[in-house]
Amino acid sequence: MDSNDKREIILDNYSHPFNKSVDNVDGYVKVNSNNESCIDNIDLYIKFNGNILEDIRFSGEACAISTASTSIMIKNMMGKSIDEVLLYIRNFEAMLNEEEYEDIDFNEAVVFDETYKQGNRKTCVTLPYRGIERAIVEYQKTMK
Amino acid sequence: MNREDFPMLSKDIIYFDNGATTFKPSCVIDAINYYYKDITANAHRGDYDISYKVDIAYEGARKKVADFINASREEVVFTSGATESLNMIVNGFFAHILEPGDEVLITLSEHASNVLPWFRLAHTHGIKVNYIELDSNLHITMNNVMKAITPSTKVISIAGITNVVGDERPVKEIAQYAHSNNIFLVVDGAQSVPHMKCDVKDIDCDFLAFSAHKMCGPTGVGVLYGKKELLEELDPIKMGGGMNESFDSVEEVYLKELPIRLEAGTQNIEGVIGLSAAIDYLNKLGMDNIKLYEIRLKKYLISKLKDIPHINVLNEECDSGIVAFNVDGVFPQDVAYYLNKYHICVRAGNHCAKILKNAIGVKNTVRVSLYFYNTEAEIDKLIELLSDKNRIVREMI
Repeated sequence: MDSNDKREIILDNYSHPFNKSVDNVDGYVKVNSNNESCIDNIDLYIKFNGNILEDIRFSGEACAISTASTSIMIKNMMGKSIDEVLLYIRNFEAMLNEEEYEDIDFNEAVVFDETYKQGNRKTCVTLPYRGIERAIVEYQKTMK
Repeated sequence: MNREDFPMLSKDIIYFDNGATTFKPSCVIDAINYYYKDITANAHRGDYDISYKVDIAYEGARKKVADFINASREEVVFTSGATESLNMIVNGFFAHILEPGDEVLITLSEHASNVLPWFRLAHTHGIKVNYIELDSNLHITMNNVMKAITPSTKVISIAGITNVVGDERPVKEIAQYAHSNNIFLVVDGAQSVPHMKCDVKDIDCDFLAFSAHKMCGPTGVGVLYGKKELLEELDPIKMGGGMNESFDSVEEVYLKELPIRLEAGTQNIEGVIGLSAAIDYLNKLGMDNIKLYEIRLKKYLISKLKDIPHINVLNEECDSGIVAFNVDGVFPQDVAYYLNKYHICVRAGNHCAKILKNAIGVKNTVRVSLYFYNTEAEIDKLIELLSDKNRIVREMI
Protein backbone atom coordinates (compact mmCIF):
# COMPACT_ATOMS: atom_id res chain seq x y z
CA MET A 1 0.00 0.00 0.00
CA ASP A 2 1.51 3.35 -0.92
CA SER A 3 1.56 6.33 1.38
CA ASN A 4 -1.29 8.09 -0.42
CA ASP A 5 -3.59 5.11 0.10
CA LYS A 6 -2.57 4.96 3.74
CA ARG A 7 -3.32 8.67 4.16
CA GLU A 8 -6.72 8.19 2.54
CA ILE A 9 -7.62 5.38 4.95
CA ILE A 10 -6.44 7.36 7.98
CA LEU A 11 -8.31 10.51 6.92
CA ASP A 12 -11.43 8.53 6.14
CA ASN A 13 -11.41 6.92 9.58
CA TYR A 14 -10.67 10.29 11.17
CA SER A 15 -13.49 12.09 9.33
CA HIS A 16 -15.97 9.25 9.73
CA PRO A 17 -14.86 7.27 12.75
CA PHE A 18 -16.53 3.90 13.23
CA ASN A 19 -18.79 3.54 16.27
CA LYS A 20 -18.00 6.99 17.66
CA SER A 21 -21.26 7.18 19.52
CA VAL A 22 -22.16 6.27 23.04
CA ASP A 23 -25.92 5.93 22.93
CA ASN A 24 -27.25 2.94 24.84
CA VAL A 25 -24.06 1.77 26.48
CA ASP A 26 -25.70 0.42 29.61
CA GLY A 27 -23.83 -2.65 30.77
CA TYR A 28 -20.70 -1.78 28.79
CA VAL A 29 -17.27 -1.69 30.47
CA LYS A 30 -16.03 1.91 30.26
CA VAL A 31 -12.36 2.86 30.33
CA ASN A 32 -10.58 6.14 29.70
CA SER A 33 -7.37 6.25 27.74
CA ASN A 34 -5.19 9.32 27.50
CA ASN A 35 -1.63 10.13 26.59
CA GLU A 36 0.53 11.73 29.22
CA SER A 37 2.52 13.72 26.72
CA CYS A 38 -0.35 15.06 24.65
CA ILE A 39 -4.04 15.83 24.74
CA ASP A 40 -5.52 12.69 23.19
CA ASN A 41 -8.31 11.59 25.47
CA ILE A 42 -10.85 8.90 24.60
CA ASP A 43 -13.39 6.83 26.46
CA LEU A 44 -13.92 3.26 25.24
CA TYR A 45 -17.10 1.29 25.93
CA ILE A 46 -16.98 -2.47 25.48
CA LYS A 47 -19.84 -4.92 25.66
CA PHE A 48 -18.58 -8.36 26.58
CA ASN A 49 -20.56 -11.50 25.94
CA GLY A 50 -18.75 -14.30 27.68
CA ASN A 51 -15.31 -14.25 26.10
CA ILE A 52 -16.36 -12.19 23.11
CA LEU A 53 -16.03 -8.42 22.63
CA GLU A 54 -19.44 -8.09 21.12
CA ASP A 55 -19.61 -4.33 20.70
CA ILE A 56 -17.08 -1.49 21.11
CA ARG A 57 -17.86 2.23 21.01
CA PHE A 58 -15.92 5.35 21.81
CA SER A 59 -16.12 9.06 22.52
CA GLY A 60 -13.65 11.84 23.24
CA GLU A 61 -11.15 14.11 21.54
CA ALA A 62 -7.97 12.96 19.93
CA CYS A 63 -5.65 13.69 17.03
CA ALA A 64 -6.20 12.28 13.56
CA ILE A 65 -3.90 9.32 14.12
CA SER A 66 -5.41 8.36 17.48
CA THR A 67 -8.95 8.74 16.22
CA ALA A 68 -8.27 6.74 13.06
CA SER A 69 -6.42 4.08 15.04
CA THR A 70 -9.36 3.76 17.42
CA SER A 71 -11.85 3.50 14.58
CA ILE A 72 -9.80 0.84 12.79
CA MET A 73 -9.14 -1.06 15.99
CA ILE A 74 -12.84 -1.22 16.77
CA LYS A 75 -13.64 -2.56 13.30
CA ASN A 76 -10.98 -5.23 13.71
CA MET A 77 -11.80 -6.29 17.23
CA MET A 78 -15.54 -6.46 17.32
CA GLY A 79 -16.66 -10.07 17.51
CA LYS A 80 -13.22 -11.38 18.47
CA SER A 81 -12.53 -13.37 21.63
CA ILE A 82 -10.36 -11.99 24.40
CA ASP A 83 -7.52 -14.32 23.42
CA GLU A 84 -7.73 -13.27 19.79
CA VAL A 85 -7.70 -9.61 20.80
CA LEU A 86 -4.65 -10.03 23.01
CA LEU A 87 -2.84 -11.97 20.27
CA TYR A 88 -3.74 -9.21 17.83
CA ILE A 89 -2.42 -6.48 20.12
CA ARG A 90 0.82 -8.36 20.76
CA ASN A 91 1.53 -8.74 17.07
CA PHE A 92 0.33 -5.31 16.09
CA GLU A 93 2.65 -3.70 18.61
CA ALA A 94 5.52 -5.89 17.47
CA MET A 95 4.90 -4.53 13.96
CA LEU A 96 4.98 -0.97 15.29
CA ASN A 97 8.22 -1.67 17.13
CA GLU A 98 9.88 -3.30 14.12
CA GLU A 99 10.03 -6.62 15.94
CA GLU A 100 9.11 -10.05 14.57
CA TYR A 101 5.39 -10.59 14.39
CA GLU A 102 2.88 -13.17 13.22
CA ASP A 103 1.23 -12.12 10.02
CA ILE A 104 -2.31 -12.07 11.29
CA ASP A 105 -4.87 -10.04 9.42
CA PHE A 106 -4.53 -6.42 10.50
CA ASN A 107 -6.84 -5.19 7.73
CA GLU A 108 -6.72 -1.39 7.59
CA ALA A 109 -4.40 -1.25 10.59
CA VAL A 110 -1.48 -1.94 8.25
CA VAL A 111 -1.57 1.78 7.48
CA PHE A 112 0.43 2.22 10.68
CA ASP A 113 3.23 -0.15 9.70
CA GLU A 114 5.67 2.70 9.26
CA THR A 115 4.79 4.60 12.38
CA TYR A 116 8.11 3.60 13.90
CA LYS A 117 9.59 6.31 11.68
CA GLN A 118 7.78 8.93 13.77
CA GLY A 119 8.37 7.72 17.30
CA ASN A 120 6.23 10.43 18.88
CA ARG A 121 3.16 9.16 17.03
CA LYS A 122 3.45 5.59 18.26
CA THR A 123 1.67 6.56 21.46
CA CYS A 124 -1.15 8.05 19.34
CA VAL A 125 -1.61 4.77 17.48
CA THR A 126 -1.48 2.60 20.58
CA LEU A 127 -3.75 4.78 22.73
CA PRO A 128 -6.94 2.74 22.15
CA TYR A 129 -5.09 -0.54 22.58
CA ARG A 130 -4.03 0.50 26.09
CA GLY A 131 -7.69 1.11 26.79
CA ILE A 132 -8.86 -2.27 25.46
CA GLU A 133 -6.24 -4.07 27.53
CA ARG A 134 -7.41 -2.31 30.67
CA ALA A 135 -11.05 -3.00 29.87
CA ILE A 136 -10.27 -6.71 29.52
CA VAL A 137 -8.49 -6.74 32.88
CA GLU A 138 -11.44 -4.97 34.51
CA TYR A 139 -13.94 -7.30 32.88
CA GLN A 140 -12.00 -10.36 33.97
CA LYS A 141 -11.94 -9.05 37.54
CA THR A 142 -15.72 -8.89 37.59
CA MET A 143 -15.92 -12.45 36.27
CA LYS A 144 -13.90 -13.91 39.14
CA MET B 1 18.34 39.36 19.19
CA ASN B 2 21.62 37.60 20.00
CA ARG B 3 20.83 34.35 18.25
CA GLU B 4 24.49 33.49 17.89
CA ASP B 5 24.73 32.98 21.66
CA PHE B 6 22.46 29.93 21.57
CA PRO B 7 23.87 26.58 20.38
CA MET B 8 20.33 25.21 19.91
CA LEU B 9 19.61 27.95 17.40
CA SER B 10 22.38 26.74 15.12
CA LYS B 11 20.24 23.69 14.43
CA ASP B 12 17.50 23.70 11.89
CA ILE B 13 14.79 24.47 14.46
CA ILE B 14 12.25 27.21 14.92
CA TYR B 15 11.48 27.21 18.60
CA PHE B 16 8.16 28.75 19.63
CA ASP B 17 7.65 26.95 22.94
CA ASN B 18 9.38 29.36 25.27
CA GLY B 19 6.49 29.28 27.70
CA ALA B 20 7.45 25.67 28.37
CA THR B 21 11.18 26.23 28.58
CA THR B 22 13.83 28.38 26.90
CA PHE B 23 17.08 27.65 25.12
CA LYS B 24 20.29 28.30 27.02
CA PRO B 25 23.05 30.67 25.88
CA SER B 26 26.62 29.35 25.86
CA CYS B 27 27.52 31.43 28.92
CA VAL B 28 24.99 29.51 31.02
CA ILE B 29 26.20 26.15 29.74
CA ASP B 30 29.79 27.26 30.38
CA ALA B 31 28.95 28.31 33.94
CA ILE B 32 27.49 24.87 34.68
CA ASN B 33 30.51 23.21 33.11
CA TYR B 34 32.79 25.44 35.17
CA TYR B 35 31.20 24.13 38.35
CA TYR B 36 31.66 20.52 37.31
CA LYS B 37 35.05 20.86 35.68
CA ASP B 38 36.76 23.32 37.99
CA ILE B 39 35.12 23.77 41.36
CA THR B 40 32.99 20.72 42.18
CA ALA B 41 32.38 20.72 45.93
CA ASN B 42 29.44 21.14 48.25
CA ALA B 43 28.31 24.56 49.41
CA HIS B 44 28.48 25.79 53.01
CA ARG B 45 30.46 22.73 54.04
CA GLY B 46 34.15 22.59 53.33
CA ASP B 47 37.25 24.29 54.64
CA TYR B 48 39.10 24.12 51.39
CA ASP B 49 39.53 26.36 48.37
CA ILE B 50 37.11 24.84 45.90
CA SER B 51 34.31 24.65 48.46
CA TYR B 52 34.94 28.29 49.30
CA LYS B 53 34.68 29.12 45.61
CA VAL B 54 31.37 27.28 45.47
CA ASP B 55 30.14 29.30 48.46
CA ILE B 56 31.10 32.51 46.73
CA ALA B 57 29.37 31.43 43.52
CA TYR B 58 26.25 30.15 45.30
CA GLU B 59 25.75 33.10 47.60
CA GLY B 60 26.79 35.45 44.79
CA ALA B 61 23.95 33.98 42.78
CA ARG B 62 21.56 34.72 45.61
CA LYS B 63 22.66 38.34 45.68
CA LYS B 64 22.28 38.51 41.92
CA VAL B 65 18.72 37.16 42.07
CA ALA B 66 17.93 39.56 44.90
CA ASP B 67 19.18 42.53 42.86
CA PHE B 68 17.34 41.26 39.79
CA ILE B 69 13.99 41.46 41.56
CA ASN B 70 14.97 44.22 44.02
CA ALA B 71 14.76 42.05 47.12
CA SER B 72 17.30 41.54 49.87
CA ARG B 73 19.37 38.36 49.91
CA GLU B 74 17.67 36.75 52.90
CA GLU B 75 14.37 37.02 51.05
CA VAL B 76 15.58 34.79 48.21
CA VAL B 77 15.21 31.04 48.67
CA PHE B 78 16.40 28.61 46.01
CA THR B 79 13.92 25.88 45.18
CA SER B 80 13.51 23.33 42.40
CA GLY B 81 11.27 25.70 40.47
CA ALA B 82 8.13 27.79 40.63
CA THR B 83 6.05 24.70 41.44
CA GLU B 84 8.03 23.94 44.58
CA SER B 85 8.06 27.61 45.52
CA LEU B 86 4.28 27.84 45.32
CA ASN B 87 3.85 24.60 47.25
CA MET B 88 6.13 25.94 49.98
CA ILE B 89 4.16 29.17 50.14
CA VAL B 90 0.86 27.33 50.43
CA ASN B 91 1.90 24.47 52.71
CA GLY B 92 4.64 26.14 54.71
CA PHE B 93 2.94 29.47 55.32
CA PHE B 94 -0.75 29.66 54.51
CA ALA B 95 -1.55 26.18 55.85
CA HIS B 96 -0.63 27.54 59.28
CA ILE B 97 -2.46 30.81 59.24
CA LEU B 98 -5.65 30.17 57.27
CA GLU B 99 -8.76 29.05 59.12
CA PRO B 100 -11.62 26.95 57.77
CA GLY B 101 -13.88 29.19 55.74
CA ASP B 102 -11.10 31.62 54.81
CA GLU B 103 -11.08 32.38 51.12
CA VAL B 104 -8.32 32.31 48.51
CA LEU B 105 -8.99 34.04 45.18
CA ILE B 106 -7.41 32.72 42.02
CA THR B 107 -8.59 32.85 38.39
CA LEU B 108 -9.62 30.27 35.82
CA SER B 109 -6.50 30.96 33.78
CA GLU B 110 -3.97 29.95 36.43
CA HIS B 111 -1.41 27.23 35.86
CA ALA B 112 -1.89 23.94 37.74
CA SER B 113 0.90 24.92 40.14
CA ASN B 114 -1.15 27.85 41.36
CA VAL B 115 -4.38 25.88 41.52
CA LEU B 116 -3.74 22.40 42.88
CA PRO B 117 -1.87 23.37 46.08
CA TRP B 118 -4.86 25.57 46.98
CA PHE B 119 -7.34 22.84 46.04
CA ARG B 120 -5.57 20.49 48.40
CA LEU B 121 -5.63 23.08 51.17
CA ALA B 122 -9.36 23.36 50.59
CA HIS B 123 -9.62 19.63 51.30
CA THR B 124 -7.26 19.48 54.24
CA HIS B 125 -8.01 22.81 55.93
CA GLY B 126 -11.51 23.66 54.79
CA ILE B 127 -10.53 26.89 53.05
CA LYS B 128 -12.57 28.11 50.09
CA VAL B 129 -11.08 28.63 46.63
CA ASN B 130 -12.98 31.15 44.56
CA TYR B 131 -12.34 32.92 41.29
CA ILE B 132 -11.85 36.49 40.21
CA GLU B 133 -13.99 36.82 37.11
CA LEU B 134 -12.16 37.38 33.83
CA ASP B 135 -13.41 39.96 31.34
CA SER B 136 -14.28 39.21 27.71
CA ASN B 137 -10.57 39.33 26.82
CA LEU B 138 -9.88 36.87 29.66
CA HIS B 139 -8.06 39.61 31.57
CA ILE B 140 -8.32 40.62 35.22
CA THR B 141 -9.72 44.07 35.86
CA MET B 142 -9.43 45.94 39.13
CA ASN B 143 -13.18 46.18 39.15
CA ASN B 144 -13.50 42.41 39.07
CA VAL B 145 -10.88 42.06 41.80
CA MET B 146 -12.88 44.40 44.02
CA LYS B 147 -16.09 42.57 43.18
CA ALA B 148 -14.61 39.19 44.04
CA ILE B 149 -13.30 40.15 47.46
CA THR B 150 -15.47 39.18 50.40
CA PRO B 151 -14.94 39.56 54.16
CA SER B 152 -13.51 36.01 54.12
CA THR B 153 -10.85 36.76 51.48
CA LYS B 154 -7.38 36.31 52.93
CA VAL B 155 -5.22 35.62 49.87
CA ILE B 156 -5.13 36.54 46.19
CA SER B 157 -2.85 34.20 44.26
CA ILE B 158 -2.38 34.96 40.56
CA ALA B 159 0.14 34.75 37.75
CA GLY B 160 1.94 37.94 36.77
CA ILE B 161 1.45 36.86 33.15
CA THR B 162 -0.71 33.83 32.39
CA ASN B 163 0.64 31.00 30.31
CA VAL B 164 -2.21 30.61 27.84
CA VAL B 165 -3.89 34.01 27.62
CA GLY B 166 -0.60 35.88 28.04
CA ASP B 167 -2.21 38.82 29.81
CA GLU B 168 -0.14 40.94 32.14
CA ARG B 169 -1.96 41.44 35.42
CA PRO B 170 -1.99 44.78 37.24
CA VAL B 171 -0.23 43.21 40.20
CA LYS B 172 0.91 46.49 41.72
CA GLU B 173 -2.62 47.88 41.90
CA ILE B 174 -3.94 44.55 43.11
CA ALA B 175 -1.30 44.46 45.87
CA GLN B 176 -2.24 47.93 47.00
CA TYR B 177 -5.94 47.15 47.12
CA ALA B 178 -5.37 43.71 48.69
CA HIS B 179 -3.20 45.12 51.45
CA SER B 180 -5.67 47.84 52.26
CA ASN B 181 -8.09 44.97 52.93
CA ASN B 182 -5.57 42.86 54.89
CA ILE B 183 -5.24 40.37 52.06
CA PHE B 184 -1.98 38.71 51.01
CA LEU B 185 -0.85 38.73 47.38
CA VAL B 186 1.05 35.77 45.93
CA VAL B 187 2.43 36.23 42.41
CA ASP B 188 3.28 33.27 40.19
CA GLY B 189 6.06 34.86 38.17
CA ALA B 190 6.96 31.86 36.01
CA GLN B 191 5.82 33.61 32.82
CA SER B 192 6.47 37.22 33.83
CA VAL B 193 9.90 37.36 35.48
CA PRO B 194 11.69 36.04 32.35
CA HIS B 195 10.07 38.64 30.11
CA MET B 196 9.88 41.95 31.97
CA LYS B 197 11.43 43.94 34.73
CA CYS B 198 10.21 42.71 38.10
CA ASP B 199 10.60 44.83 41.22
CA VAL B 200 9.07 43.17 44.27
CA LYS B 201 9.32 46.34 46.33
CA ASP B 202 7.53 48.36 43.72
CA ILE B 203 4.85 45.69 43.24
CA ASP B 204 4.75 45.10 46.99
CA CYS B 205 3.71 41.46 46.55
CA ASP B 206 4.06 39.24 49.59
CA PHE B 207 5.41 36.22 47.76
CA LEU B 208 6.77 35.60 44.27
CA ALA B 209 7.68 32.30 42.61
CA PHE B 210 9.60 31.71 39.38
CA SER B 211 11.73 29.15 37.53
CA ALA B 212 15.20 29.50 36.04
CA HIS B 213 14.62 27.37 32.97
CA LYS B 214 12.06 29.75 31.50
CA MET B 215 14.63 32.57 31.59
CA CYS B 216 17.61 30.97 29.83
CA GLY B 217 18.73 29.16 32.98
CA PRO B 218 18.89 25.45 33.73
CA THR B 219 16.00 23.17 34.69
CA GLY B 220 15.44 22.07 38.27
CA VAL B 221 16.07 25.39 39.95
CA GLY B 222 13.83 28.28 40.85
CA VAL B 223 13.21 30.98 43.37
CA LEU B 224 10.85 31.64 46.22
CA TYR B 225 10.77 35.28 47.21
CA GLY B 226 8.91 36.29 50.35
CA LYS B 227 8.91 39.43 52.45
CA LYS B 228 11.34 38.76 55.26
CA GLU B 229 8.80 38.98 58.07
CA LEU B 230 6.61 36.44 56.25
CA LEU B 231 9.43 34.06 55.36
CA GLU B 232 10.32 34.04 59.06
CA GLU B 233 6.92 32.43 59.61
CA LEU B 234 7.25 29.94 56.77
CA ASP B 235 7.79 26.47 58.18
CA PRO B 236 10.41 24.43 56.36
CA ILE B 237 8.69 21.67 54.41
CA LYS B 238 11.97 19.78 54.33
CA MET B 239 14.21 19.15 57.33
CA GLY B 240 17.75 17.92 57.03
CA GLY B 241 21.35 18.88 56.46
CA GLY B 242 22.44 22.44 55.95
CA MET B 243 19.37 24.09 57.42
CA ASN B 244 19.86 23.23 61.11
CA GLU B 245 22.05 25.05 63.59
CA SER B 246 22.21 22.19 66.06
CA PHE B 247 20.11 19.37 67.44
CA ASP B 248 20.42 17.06 70.43
CA SER B 249 16.98 15.65 70.99
CA VAL B 250 13.39 16.04 69.88
CA GLU B 251 13.10 19.06 72.15
CA GLU B 252 16.34 20.64 71.14
CA VAL B 253 16.39 21.43 67.44
CA TYR B 254 17.72 24.80 66.37
CA LEU B 255 17.39 26.00 62.81
CA LYS B 256 19.57 28.42 60.87
CA GLU B 257 18.64 31.92 59.83
CA LEU B 258 16.89 32.75 56.60
CA PRO B 259 17.20 31.83 53.82
CA ILE B 260 19.36 28.74 54.47
CA ARG B 261 16.73 27.43 56.86
CA LEU B 262 14.47 26.80 53.89
CA GLU B 263 17.11 24.99 51.80
CA ALA B 264 17.53 21.55 53.38
CA GLY B 265 19.96 19.10 51.83
CA THR B 266 22.52 19.68 49.13
CA GLN B 267 21.01 22.16 46.73
CA ASN B 268 21.06 22.22 42.95
CA ILE B 269 24.40 24.03 42.92
CA GLU B 270 25.02 23.76 39.19
CA GLY B 271 21.50 25.09 38.66
CA VAL B 272 21.99 28.06 40.93
CA ILE B 273 25.28 28.90 39.25
CA GLY B 274 23.62 28.54 35.86
CA LEU B 275 20.78 30.82 36.95
CA SER B 276 23.33 33.39 38.03
CA ALA B 277 24.88 33.36 34.56
CA ALA B 278 21.42 33.61 32.99
CA ILE B 279 20.65 36.72 35.02
CA ASP B 280 23.94 38.30 33.96
CA TYR B 281 22.99 37.53 30.41
CA LEU B 282 19.47 38.96 30.65
CA ASN B 283 20.75 42.05 32.44
CA LYS B 284 23.18 42.64 29.61
CA LEU B 285 20.33 42.50 27.09
CA GLY B 286 18.15 44.65 29.32
CA MET B 287 14.74 43.47 30.51
CA ASP B 288 13.03 46.52 29.03
CA ASN B 289 14.58 45.79 25.64
CA ILE B 290 13.47 42.18 25.86
CA LYS B 291 9.91 43.21 26.62
CA LEU B 292 9.75 45.78 23.84
CA TYR B 293 11.17 43.36 21.32
CA GLU B 294 8.74 40.59 22.26
CA ILE B 295 5.72 42.88 22.13
CA ARG B 296 6.73 44.05 18.67
CA LEU B 297 7.15 40.47 17.53
CA LYS B 298 3.84 39.42 19.06
CA LYS B 299 2.00 42.24 17.27
CA TYR B 300 3.59 41.13 14.02
CA LEU B 301 2.50 37.52 14.62
CA ILE B 302 -1.07 38.45 15.51
CA SER B 303 -1.45 40.77 12.52
CA LYS B 304 -0.37 37.93 10.24
CA LEU B 305 -2.52 35.29 11.93
CA LYS B 306 -5.57 37.53 11.67
CA ASP B 307 -5.23 37.55 7.91
CA ILE B 308 -5.74 33.80 7.76
CA PRO B 309 -9.48 33.05 7.66
CA HIS B 310 -9.29 29.55 9.14
CA ILE B 311 -7.33 30.69 12.20
CA ASN B 312 -9.00 31.85 15.40
CA VAL B 313 -6.74 33.72 17.78
CA LEU B 314 -7.86 33.30 21.36
CA ASN B 315 -5.98 36.21 22.88
CA GLU B 316 -5.49 39.03 20.39
CA GLU B 317 -5.24 41.56 23.21
CA CYS B 318 -2.46 39.83 25.12
CA ASP B 319 0.43 41.88 26.52
CA SER B 320 3.16 39.30 26.13
CA GLY B 321 4.72 36.98 23.59
CA ILE B 322 2.14 34.26 24.20
CA VAL B 323 -0.36 33.67 21.41
CA ALA B 324 -2.95 30.89 21.54
CA PHE B 325 -4.97 29.94 18.47
CA ASN B 326 -6.84 27.17 16.72
CA VAL B 327 -7.15 26.10 13.12
CA ASP B 328 -10.82 25.58 12.22
CA GLY B 329 -11.70 21.92 12.31
CA VAL B 330 -8.19 20.67 13.00
CA PHE B 331 -7.23 19.17 16.34
CA PRO B 332 -4.44 21.28 17.90
CA GLN B 333 -2.20 18.25 18.32
CA ASP B 334 -2.39 17.65 14.58
CA VAL B 335 -1.39 21.26 13.90
CA ALA B 336 1.62 20.77 16.16
CA TYR B 337 2.57 17.52 14.42
CA TYR B 338 2.26 19.20 11.04
CA LEU B 339 4.49 22.10 12.06
CA ASN B 340 6.97 19.68 13.58
CA LYS B 341 7.50 18.20 10.13
CA TYR B 342 9.01 21.57 9.28
CA HIS B 343 10.99 21.66 12.53
CA ILE B 344 8.75 24.24 14.12
CA CYS B 345 8.16 23.61 17.81
CA VAL B 346 4.80 24.75 19.19
CA ARG B 347 2.78 23.41 22.06
CA ALA B 348 -0.67 21.91 21.66
CA GLY B 349 -2.96 21.29 24.58
CA ASN B 350 -4.37 22.95 27.63
CA HIS B 351 -0.93 24.09 28.79
CA CYS B 352 -1.57 22.98 32.37
CA ALA B 353 -4.40 25.52 32.65
CA LYS B 354 -7.09 22.88 32.79
CA ILE B 355 -9.82 24.99 34.34
CA LEU B 356 -9.46 27.70 31.69
CA LYS B 357 -11.83 25.75 29.43
CA ASN B 358 -14.59 26.77 31.81
CA ALA B 359 -13.97 30.40 30.87
CA ILE B 360 -13.35 30.11 27.15
CA GLY B 361 -15.29 27.04 26.11
CA VAL B 362 -12.25 25.75 24.26
CA LYS B 363 -10.37 22.89 25.83
CA ASN B 364 -7.22 22.87 23.76
CA THR B 365 -5.24 25.33 21.68
CA VAL B 366 -2.02 25.69 19.76
CA ARG B 367 0.32 28.00 21.62
CA VAL B 368 3.19 30.04 20.25
CA SER B 369 5.29 31.56 23.01
CA LEU B 370 8.03 33.90 21.89
CA TYR B 371 11.34 34.98 23.35
CA PHE B 372 13.88 37.59 22.34
CA TYR B 373 15.74 35.22 20.03
CA ASN B 374 12.72 34.64 17.78
CA THR B 375 12.50 36.63 14.57
CA GLU B 376 10.01 37.96 12.05
CA ALA B 377 11.51 35.60 9.48
CA GLU B 378 10.60 32.65 11.72
CA ILE B 379 7.06 33.98 12.03
CA ASP B 380 6.86 34.36 8.24
CA LYS B 381 7.73 30.68 7.88
CA LEU B 382 5.02 29.73 10.40
CA ILE B 383 2.45 31.87 8.62
CA GLU B 384 3.34 30.39 5.25
CA LEU B 385 2.73 26.89 6.65
CA LEU B 386 -0.53 27.82 8.33
CA SER B 387 -2.02 29.77 5.47
CA ASP B 388 -3.08 26.72 3.43
CA LYS B 389 -5.58 24.64 5.36
CA ASN B 390 -5.71 21.87 2.77
CA ARG B 391 -1.99 21.47 3.15
CA ILE B 392 -2.32 21.18 6.94
CA VAL B 393 -4.95 18.46 6.61
CA ARG B 394 -2.97 16.69 3.90
CA GLU B 395 0.27 16.71 5.77
CA MET B 396 -0.77 16.43 9.40
CA ILE B 397 -0.60 12.62 9.31
